[in-house]
Amino acid sequence: MVLANMLFYFFALLAVGSALLMVTRRNIVHAAVFLVTTLLATAGVFLQLQAEFLFVTQILLYAGGIMVLFIFVIMLVNLDVEMLLVQFNRQWSVAGALAFALAVQVFFALWAGRDTLHLPAPPSQLALKNTETVADALFSHFLMAFEIASILLLVAMIGAVVMGKRRVE
Amino acid sequence: MISIDHYLLLSLALFAVGVVGVLTRRNVIIMLMSIELILNAVNINLVAFSRLYGSVDGQVFAIFVITDAAAEAAVGLGIILAFFRNRKTLLADEMDLLKW
Repeated sequence: MVLANMLFYFFALLAVGSALLMVTRRNIVHAAVFLVTTLLATAGVFLQLQAEFLFVTQILLYAGGIMVLFIFVIMLVNLDVEMLLVQFNRQWSVAGALAFALAVQVFFALWAGRDTLHLPAPPSQLALKNTETVADALFSHFLMAFEIASILLLVAMIGAVVMGKRRVE
Repeated sequence: MISIDHYLLLSLALFAVGVVGVLTRRNVIIMLMSIELILNAVNINLVAFSRLYGSVDGQVFAIFVITDAAAEAAVGLGIILAFFRNRKTLLADEMDLLKW
């Protein structure tokens, strides 16, 4: 149990710390690397919550696929001049107020439900067959949503190709 | 044992950092990356509640959220590429063609 707690705090601190660094870095490539660190730490949190399939999906899709896409576009559009400009706009007050309001709401919700939030003991069946259970739910109960998601991906792919195409003169 | 509010607070922290990033950065790519951070925070919430109720539905929702994040990143980066080709800038406050 102590080890599990320490693992959680390690991953949580890693995630929040690199998220803060990501938002504040001047260089876009550094920000992308810190975002990868945050995503990997989140994958660790998923593993600690016994969501093994999601752990692998997070690493393959998020930290692998999506971040490669980001780095690719950064390499295509990177401007050395932009790094010398001011990186923040003047909306700090709005952003701070919004984040504070969010924090107050979540704290209130947590305080209101403080008796119902204790995690049950790890159910062995769910923990042993995570991938199988996820697949069962995905292909029976959520089949319609699954098909809609595949159509969404197709539309996004066509849209990205059209957007990225260089116009022929 | 860690109770679920630890996970919710971690998710809150990541969400708030993402919101501040979207609202204060001028670089469009970093704004997109902050949106990915926000989606990721939501995923932590979903998985934590899936663990709390012993049901796998939250993890399925998280998979759908990851799918959406992939689609959003592809289309968003395509838009950024097309915009950069036309205006040679990445700053959000210079995207003012529709501003009167």
